Amino acid sequence: MRHYSVFAIVKEAMGYHQGWERAWRNPTPKAHYDAIIIGAGGHGLATAYYLGKNFGITNVAVIEKGWLGGGNTGRNTTIIRSNYLQDPSAAIYEKSRSLYETLSQDLNYNIMFSPRGVIMLAQTEHEKRGYLRTAHANSLQGVETRFITPREVKELCPIIHLEGPRYPVLGGLWQARGGTARHDAVAWGYARACSAMGMDIIQQCEVTAIHRENGTVSAIETTKGRIGCNKLGIVVAGHSSHVADMAGFRLPIESVALQALVSEPIKPCMDVVVMANTVHGYMSQSDKGEMVIGGGADGYNNYTQRGSFQHIEETVRALVETFPMISRLKMLRQWGGIVDMTGDRSPIISKTPVENCFINCGWGTGGFKAIPGSGWAMAELMAKGHSPLADEFGLNRFREGRFIDESVAAGVAH
Amino acid sequence: MLLLTCPYCGVSADETELSPGGEAHLKRFGPGSSDEDFEGYLFMRHNQKGVHFERWRHTYGCGKWFLAARCTASLEVFGTYSAQTPEPPKEIIEKIQAKRPDWSLT
Ligand SMILES: Cc1cc2nc3c(=O)[nH]c(=O)nc-3n(C[C@H](O)[C@H](O)[C@H](O)COP(=O)(O)OP(=O)(O)OC[C@H]3O[C@@H](n4cnc5c(N)ncnc54)[C@H](O)[C@@H]3O)c2cc1C
Ligand SMILES: [Zn+2]
Repeated sequence: MRHYSVFAIVKEAMGYHQGWERAWRNPTPKAHYDAIIIGAGGHGLATAYYLGKNFGITNVAVIEKGWLGGGNTGRNTTIIRSNYLQDPSAAIYEKSRSLYETLSQDLNYNIMFSPRGVIMLAQTEHEKRGYLRTAHANSLQGVETRFITPREVKELCPIIHLEGPRYPVLGGLWQARGGTARHDAVAWGYARACSAMGMDIIQQCEVTAIHRENGTVSAIETTKGRIGCNKLGIVVAGHSSHVADMAGFRLPIESVALQALVSEPIKPCMDVVVMANTVHGYMSQSDKGEMVIGGGADGYNNYTQRGSFQHIEETVRALVETFPMISRLKMLRQWGGIVDMTGDRSPIISKTPVENCFINCGWGTGGFKAIPGSGWAMAELMAKGHSPLADEFGLNRFREGRFIDESVAAGVAH
Repeated sequence: MLLLTCPYCGVSADETELSPGGEAHLKRFGPGSSDEDFEGYLFMRHNQKGVHFERWRHTYGCGKWFLAARCTASLEVFGTYSAQTPEPPKEIIEKIQAKRPDWSLT
């Protein structure tokens, strides 16, 4: 792999940029791999990357039915934070956030991590008490967050309207080290690094069946033929139930649409991320100047990557109340992704009833922030059979009633 | 916008008038059942990509619960029927099979 650097740019500038090589190869599948990952979203690619980097397993293929990063990874609003309530969540999300800090250097690919800070507004007394509790929990977990006053909120984000008629701002949970990153770049950076380690990323290749021999996974059937493997990782977000069905097991997951939208670009007016969970909306400003907006998920099962219009309306209404200056902004684009929701709103990183078949899913509306940490944990689970970061997120927690209940910790999808 | 006809009051209701209630025809397991059955009833879902039987409530109308057969991959609605129905009725199954000859109730 050609190293990206300022010298490389200068050199290429002299040669009219004709010498750049492709960021990743476009190989045809081999007959057999040590490990196959289904799904070239952020989580699948990160799993492959850490299998190679941390465990030296590089005879790996990542199989993608569309194009890499074209699922939720390329559709999300890129909020990164780790201010969760429960200890297992804090551990994996904080690991992930800290990996993001050095990911550009690690991958030699600019993922544009921008630790601009995230405020979660408290707009009811109940929410305020909830965030005070989270702030205390976070200090015990070693996650740096702080409950701030309305005045501090206004200082950090001057365009906010504190005295809204329905929900005045009573304070906020502030994580200064949270922020955003460029979503595509995260997928591209991991893909380039995987390819450089000799891994095969096979796009336009849909998995249609999973073969087992005596309860152990042996091969997958794809639109490009049968491919054998020793170990299999299913990392397909909204399509998890569909692919798990091919391996003969069910999941505690429902797939629903979640939407986002962006406005026309405007001058810089907001350099933090603000989430307003009570009124269901959140906003940040991209480097291009667009206001990036998201809100609540739909309530019914859906695989179409199209959501319901009333949620867009609800989100925009909430944000106009919170940021009156955006009331005359034009919205440019709106899109949807299919998110995989579990009952306790926590992910699943687990062994499955099929031997040597592992699953990573259930990140629902909030897994972009978790990509590096999740890949790290999933790789460890696949390589060693257990992982301190992943073990609490096993599938058996539902049967055992050991939920990692984050549904009250954040009322909004992000 | 999703439109469903409430089988009780006959209103063709927009989804803003309705509340979704998840997978229909779950078999109920309670105390005394095996852990696996109880877990399955509480948490495991088919979450089909394709024909899906589901519960809806006509919340901002007559208030009644009803059931619907809908395709989650195309959003096509095959029909709605009474909630007092333990399994999908014959005429709904026939309607689905007329449009999807390969489909069968599993
Ligand atoms: C609108 C929206 C906003 C969001 N905002 C945020 C946010 O601000 N912060 C945050 O942390 N998270 C956010 N999320 C959630 C986040 O996007 C996801 O949790 C995360 O991207 C999931 O990554 P993934 O790699 O698991 O899934 P994906 O990126 O969806 O990748 C799964 C891949 O599997 C492939 N696949 C599926 N079936 C098959 C098959 N049979 N064969 C081969 N390949 C298959 C798909 O094509 C897809 O590319 C948001 C999501 C949405 C939709
Ligand atoms: Zn009715």
